[in-house]
Amino acid sequence: MDILQTFEAIWAARWPILDGFGNTILISVVSILLGTPLGVVVGLILSYGNTALRFAVRLYSDFLRGTPVFVLILACFYILSVVGIQLSALQAGIFSLTLFCSSHVGEIVQGALKAIPKGQTEAAKSVGLTFFGTFFSVLLPQALRMILPTWVTTATEIVKASTLLSVIGVVELLLATQQVISRTYLSLELYFFAGFVFFLINFAIEKAGRFVERKVSLPT
Amino acid sequence: MDYNFNFAAVWRDFDLLLSGLGLGLILAVVSIAIGCLIGLFLAFGMLSKKRPIRWAATVYVSAFRNTPILVLILFTFFALPELGIRLGKIESFIVTLAVYSGAYLTEVFRSGLVSLPSGLREAGLTIGLTESRTKILITIPVMFRRVLPALGNNFISLFKDTSLAAAIAVPELTFYARKINVETFRVIETWMVASLIYVLACSIIAAILRRIESRLSIPR
Amino acid sequence: MTAPVLEITNLHKSFGKVEVLKGINLTMQSGDVVSLIGSSGSGKTTLLRCVNLLEDYEDGVVAVAGEQIGYTQRNGRRIRLKEKEIARQRAMTGMVFQHFNLFPHMSAIRNVMLGLIKTRKMRNDEAYATAEGWLDRVGMKDRKNHYPGQLSGGQQQRVAIARAIAMNPALMLFDEVTSALDPELISEVLAVVKDLAFDGMTMLLVTHEMQFAHDVSDTVVFMQDGRIGEEGPPDQLFHSPKSERLKAFLKSSKF
Repeated sequence: MDILQTFEAIWAARWPILDGFGNTILISVVSILLGTPLGVVVGLILSYGNTALRFAVRLYSDFLRGTPVFVLILACFYILSVVGIQLSALQAGIFSLTLFCSSHVGEIVQGALKAIPKGQTEAAKSVGLTFFGTFFSVLLPQALRMILPTWVTTATEIVKASTLLSVIGVVELLLATQQVISRTYLSLELYFFAGFVFFLINFAIEKAGRFVERKVSLPT
Repeated sequence: MDYNFNFAAVWRDFDLLLSGLGLGLILAVVSIAIGCLIGLFLAFGMLSKKRPIRWAATVYVSAFRNTPILVLILFTFFALPELGIRLGKIESFIVTLAVYSGAYLTEVFRSGLVSLPSGLREAGLTIGLTESRTKILITIPVMFRRVLPALGNNFISLFKDTSLAAAIAVPELTFYARKINVETFRVIETWMVASLIYVLACSIIAAILRRIESRLSIPR
Repeated sequence: MTAPVLEITNLHKSFGKVEVLKGINLTMQSGDVVSLIGSSGSGKTTLLRCVNLLEDYEDGVVAVAGEQIGYTQRNGRRIRLKEKEIARQRAMTGMVFQHFNLFPHMSAIRNVMLGLIKTRKMRNDEAYATAEGWLDRVGMKDRKNHYPGQLSGGQQQRVAIARAIAMNPALMLFDEVTSALDPELISEVLAVVKDLAFDGMTMLLVTHEMQFAHDVSDTVVFMQDGRIGEEGPPDQLFHSPKSERLKAFLKSSKF
């Protein structure tokens, strides 16, 4: 492995690689930002919805979590175009990662809500809070603290899953790297480079997560 | 939406899909068996008294958990041959999934080991067992039962990751689904059937795992 | 004549097939302090929880300040009120729980302010001043910025009392408020409750502290098997009980 040659190759291709990096960040951030609130709604319905609604959302969540995210991406990409919803590969990819994110966040939100003692709801009700008041002032802040570590893991999973969009032609970091490889044949060096960048992104997410955890942890 | 459903084309190739499912399951079982060995080994490494060993195990886990598996798959298959390590598609995928799952399983086993009461090891030593025999006869069997649910969840998620073997043309379920998709253009049917097979397979695996769990659980 | 603060008429409540309240009648005027005593499973906590509809009830009427709690009659049918109405009615009473149920993610003063802001629609500074006043009253002003996790059980319970009474309720409900406390912390909480009683607060208490019930109540109600077994002034109930059941109960609770 010629280190200098590798750096030269990467430097020469810095703009396409940065473009790909930007797309990876964009895909991940948008999917997480859309998928998380959707997931909170999923968790809310799984916890408090009426029977029919709960059943439907249960089906949605189980189906999404039982399907490999790769299959989900391919299915969304091909099916959406057939049923006449014209999305770009990037949009279809973000759409499928959003669904993926929502089902996982939904599960962990449901778990967290279940773990909050009943007395919290009763105390909130007894000072006259409505269902939504109770949810937003009392339950959600506690649930969010509980889900934070798992949610951070989900975020890193989304970043990793964003590489799968390369298969449907979205030029994110992995595909951008592959395009450089096809010109330079430096597959060993460049795959390693791409892997390392992903590692750094996720490492940073984990560290940031820990930091926020410490920030919002309750004094005892 | 103007789409006429026609499952006949998919049914014709249903045996292909099933054979793909079979291969996926084999890939998962073999990889995870190897991954368990790696995980067990590293879990003890993470709890070692020697700092370099602890550090090495931590780096392994952090590196492989935070790198997208697709990058690892491509690296093993396309880049390693440059170092003279030439593996077939299937072997290459098994190696990748084993190494990747090893990182996840290390965490599973580590938390299992940490949760054991320290009296367990001490009791083993007191009756005259050596450290290693205490591990094999007492610590590991008790820990194994405790982590069984987590192990099961990891198995299911790693089974879903076998769908990525399609990226290097390993003929598993997703590979055949893409093939049928391209050959028949029965887009919706193909992906519906493929993801349904995954969902069903996952729930059957989950049910079997629950059976094993209750079979192996320590009576109380 | 103004309506009684609490008027319970022929209250029935079941959990599935088990009837836990079998026709309760109870009236409280302003300033009354009523203690519910009885063995566990006699229905006293359930009775208390029906008053602010933490438990639905099937038959009879619970009325606070002349207003039926939780239900209305329409065309001869009994209809459960809307969520929003019930929330408003719950704020007419204040409740203190056995396990405090403070909100762990809020400081003591935020715990007290929540209902004032969300339900009483107070401005932030107004709610802060009110909450601070009540925390002072229960002796917790110097710990107003502590989180529940930083407080002892007795301190948490005093904050919980401030949280309930700051809402200016017509009636305070106390559900075994010292049962979860270490013995040395019980007296500080009872002192606060006593203080409120002598101040004229209308209170309905479920308690296992017989001496306390004796000292603080105008009326003591002995419950057995979902009915009121005996009721009367504390001296009469504790010193000349009529029924064998009450005698046995008092003996077992070492009064």
